[in-house]
Amino acid sequence: MAEAVDLKAIGTRPVRPDGIEKVTGRAAFGADLHLPNMLHGKVLRSPYAHARIKSVDLTRARAAEGVLAAISGADFPGNASDLGKNVIARDKVLYHGHAVAAVAAKTQLQADVALDLIEVEYEVLEPVMSLDQAMAEGATLVNETQHTNGDTSKPPSNVAATQRFERGDLEAGFAQADVIVEGEYRVPMAHQGYIEPHACTATVNEDGKATVWCCTQGHFDVRSLTAQVLGERVGNIKVIPSEIGGGFGGKTTIYLEPLAVKMSQMTGRPVKMTMSREDVFRATGPTSGTWCKAKIGAKKDGTFTAASAWLAYEAGAFPGAPIGPGCMSVLAPYEVPNLVIEGNDVLVNKPKVCAYRAPGAPQSMHAMECAIDELARKLDMDPIDLRLKNAAGEGTVAPYGPRFPAIGLRECLEAAKVHPNYLAPVPEGGGRGVAVGFWFNIGMQSSAEVRIAEDGMVTVMEGSPDIGGSRASMALMAAETLGVPYDQVKAHVGDTESTGFCNVTGGSRTTFATGMAVIQACEDIIAQCRQRAALTWDLDEEQVDWVDGEAVPKPGVNADVNPLSLANIARGAGRTGGPLLGRASLNAQGAGASFSCNFTDTKVDTETGKVDVLSFTAVQDAGRAIHPSYVEGQMQGGAVQGIGWALNEEYIYDADGVMENAGFLDYRVPVASDMPMIDTEIIEVPNPFHPYGVRGVGETPIVAPLAAVSNAVRDQLGFRIPDLPLSPPRVLEAIDEREG
Amino acid sequence: MGAYAYRAPSSVEEALSTLAAEAAAGNRAQMLAGGTDVMVQMRSIDKGPRTFVDVKHVAEANELCIGTDEVFIGAAIASAVLNESQELKSILPGLIEAADLIGSTQIQGRATIGGNLCNSSPAGDTIPALIACGAVCVIASSGGNREVPTEDFVTGVGTNVLEPTEFLVGFKIPRPKGRTSDAYLRFIPRTEMDIAVCGAGVALTLDDSGVCTAAKVSIGAVAITALVVPDAAAALVGTTVDDAALAAAADASSALAKPITDKRGTVEYRRKVVGVLTKRAAAIARDRALAL
Ligand SMILES: Cc1cc2nc3c(=O)[nH]c(=O)nc-3n(C[C@H](O)[C@H](O)[C@H](O)COP(=O)(O)OP(=O)(O)OC[C@H]3O[C@@H](n4cnc5c(N)ncnc54)[C@H](O)[C@@H]3O)c2cc1C
Repeated sequence: MAEAVDLKAIGTRPVRPDGIEKVTGRAAFGADLHLPNMLHGKVLRSPYAHARIKSVDLTRARAAEGVLAAISGADFPGNASDLGKNVIARDKVLYHGHAVAAVAAKTQLQADVALDLIEVEYEVLEPVMSLDQAMAEGATLVNETQHTNGDTSKPPSNVAATQRFERGDLEAGFAQADVIVEGEYRVPMAHQGYIEPHACTATVNEDGKATVWCCTQGHFDVRSLTAQVLGERVGNIKVIPSEIGGGFGGKTTIYLEPLAVKMSQMTGRPVKMTMSREDVFRATGPTSGTWCKAKIGAKKDGTFTAASAWLAYEAGAFPGAPIGPGCMSVLAPYEVPNLVIEGNDVLVNKPKVCAYRAPGAPQSMHAMECAIDELARKLDMDPIDLRLKNAAGEGTVAPYGPRFPAIGLRECLEAAKVHPNYLAPVPEGGGRGVAVGFWFNIGMQSSAEVRIAEDGMVTVMEGSPDIGGSRASMALMAAETLGVPYDQVKAHVGDTESTGFCNVTGGSRTTFATGMAVIQACEDIIAQCRQRAALTWDLDEEQVDWVDGEAVPKPGVNADVNPLSLANIARGAGRTGGPLLGRASLNAQGAGASFSCNFTDTKVDTETGKVDVLSFTAVQDAGRAIHPSYVEGQMQGGAVQGIGWALNEEYIYDADGVMENAGFLDYRVPVASDMPMIDTEIIEVPNPFHPYGVRGVGETPIVAPLAAVSNAVRDQLGFRIPDLPLSPPRVLEAIDEREG
Repeated sequence: MGAYAYRAPSSVEEALSTLAAEAAAGNRAQMLAGGTDVMVQMRSIDKGPRTFVDVKHVAEANELCIGTDEVFIGAAIASAVLNESQELKSILPGLIEAADLIGSTQIQGRATIGGNLCNSSPAGDTIPALIACGAVCVIASSGGNREVPTEDFVTGVGTNVLEPTEFLVGFKIPRPKGRTSDAYLRFIPRTEMDIAVCGAGVALTLDDSGVCTAAKVSIGAVAITALVVPDAAAALVGTTVDDAALAAAADASSALAKPITDKRGTVEYRRKVVGVLTKRAAAIARDRALAL
């Protein structure tokens, strides 16, 4: 691993390559493509949360003015996968807003009119709208053929899957405890709230080859998933990613793409489809609403003896709630000798959940971090000290199996403890809350190519859509590795046919894994440069070094030559073997977990129940901050999303299962004036498995704020409100109940 | 969905004849001020064809006149313009703070208090503030102008006393005298860009010894229209607006409120908080009057 002191580009804060385009409005997002003869596609969505589709009649819609195609589930081949059924319903609609049919017409207005002409006959069923209802004995089934974990010896159930981690002897552990805390905590379903609604345009040529432009976190996944739903070959579909106006995990699947391709196939014209904000709320994947039970015991000195967690997560209409990560995260920060963690993936008649920043971790860790806060109070210990006492470190075996290499939890806690904001007194009448966050981060597959122009300019071509400034980070790592200035490097995200395969931008993997591919591709360039210089100088490759962006003879090699820069070598590349092209592809191993400690001061207006966030401090281990501003940006953005979820964000449903707040007016993400400056402190405990020590940083930031805010409110009020959001009506009601 | 037309009359007379002509032709005409409600509605709940009649070019509706006895605020004046008037801010701070709550800086560049009132939402922020400071609506009508007190203007959710051939020219507000001031507070879960869960406007006059001699209290978003709360005013008059008087005023507002439970708040929540806002707004108005 490179020594920190040697770094020149890494750790600087240059302007991102896409910055100017974005602030001047030139950047092209998902809905910005216009093609000649383009049709406008629209989706008819279910007015019911749960109903059987008896018939869909498209006759009148097809005959309407300007309409060139109208489709329903019947137009898609074979046995539909869950994904296919989510894209367009087959025999049942499973949530309000579920796509039932689609039309393509010459104008948007004509498409709107045609939607009204589609006749659908439904048999309305009882909607299953809560975990309690879904898990109750004899509950209505969202899917009549689903058995828990596929076990058909038991009756069908809304519980799709369960998960369990166990260690030691739970009962014996609790028996050793001097103090035990137990609680039940609920967190509502919440949406990522990215500003850009989903949009795509598809065009299918006469030769059957399709091109799809869309905003996505993973165009290679759009390609394979769209192919799967359509029964097409992957090679027949090309996907071009646009700039992306936020994703946070929500743009890792497909909704519109197969419909647009299908209708383009039928009409021979390009078809563009965009979602409204309302569609985004009702029909794309938010994250699970949850019900968690947490129990934890400790000795008088604070040593944890046992802990258990029982988690139930709403999956929405199809299985796939993030119970795995929820179970992995809940106790990951601590040494706990005896534990049981159980997760339940539960179907309800709500949209199928999708990834949202550290999927599953904020909810389960909210529960445990609140319980640990109560434990600290009972033990009369500082909440950071209690966590330090039990903090996982190098060698700790995580509840989900692996042994942690070097991790930065302890460093985060220690930095928080001496942070000026923590040393400052709690504001009068307010409260302070502390919580820890964690995300394991992932590696997976990436490819990168590095091309050197004849003037030495470096083009990095990779396939990870840039949702948080990753092109700047790629360019920095390339500049560092090659020893050239940042300005000499440009990073691009290629489409599925112009760059090698990359997995989705998610799991905080991009700077780690794609970054590693970029570094290796640069090392490939360096090897080629050394070889070209050796050829030029009539030396052996082993006699040539690469230092500060130049080929030089190794110390002790007797050669009277001038160093050759990247530009020198590139200019003469025709004479030494052709253009310089570096490549790397990998399946990255050794993603490093990122821990955080957050604390916040809040003040509740006890007459209105409104919680004001007075200050918020996020301390997080980045491993190595390639571009510190963008690391801080991730920490701040995640904190704001977590605070929003803690205070006001929630899916509100009426008795029929219709979401009542499908818009930003009543789905309340924080506005800028709601937030204090989010103070950040980056800790750097390098990940031993990355050349520069990178861990992922994008997801951990959203994990701790939920409990930090809840613990701060608890600190002021003197009692716990276990459920989120801590919206004014909930807080005031709790205060009034207390006061009788 | 259908065709839209746009007219920009430059006088009351021309505006009235435009409205009359559209009515005679069987067309729907709709007044347009800042468009910050209209444009949103046109894209969502009210897409039908119509002729927009822009009030922003009507000379009389753009007048702002701060006289010795009366203030006239034209219905077409953008909130941002009102906010910039230091004089208005000092004599009608409550009304101006209500106007300043609407949307954001960008929205306020277009939004008007006339539009806020004519939109006639139960949650319109300037409505309780207008009522509290005694604003009278000046309505242009074929037979000449007619005047309606603000509290009688809105008749239901989204409905008001205007005939299709009439429009609002502006507001006449008695210029506050002596130690008279006002205040408006609303509750929203955020700090801006939100819709009032409830609101309260209070205007009051103190004598030299600090005793309240007159008061008017109006509450919003707790019934289908903004309400006047005579009992809250009565609780303040004759007192120094001390804690006991404030508590009594709060109770009066809570008692009169007829809120509903919806995604923005429960009946119990709104009833309680509208009292809290009444009390706090009255205290602010009192402190402002004392400082005069
Ligand atoms: C982002 C955003 C935030 C907002 N925040 C708030 C807020 O915090 N508080 C709040 O109360 N409102 C808010 N609003 C709503 C809106 O901005 C206000 O109601 C504003 O005062 C409307 O004024 P306008 O001039 O834009 O009215 P317009 O939209 O032009 O008109 C509104 C209605 O009044 C009628 N009308 C307008 N002028 C006249 C006239 N002179 N005579 C007869 N009829 C007339 C129109 O026909 C229409 O029915 C917000 C809106 C947006 C988009």
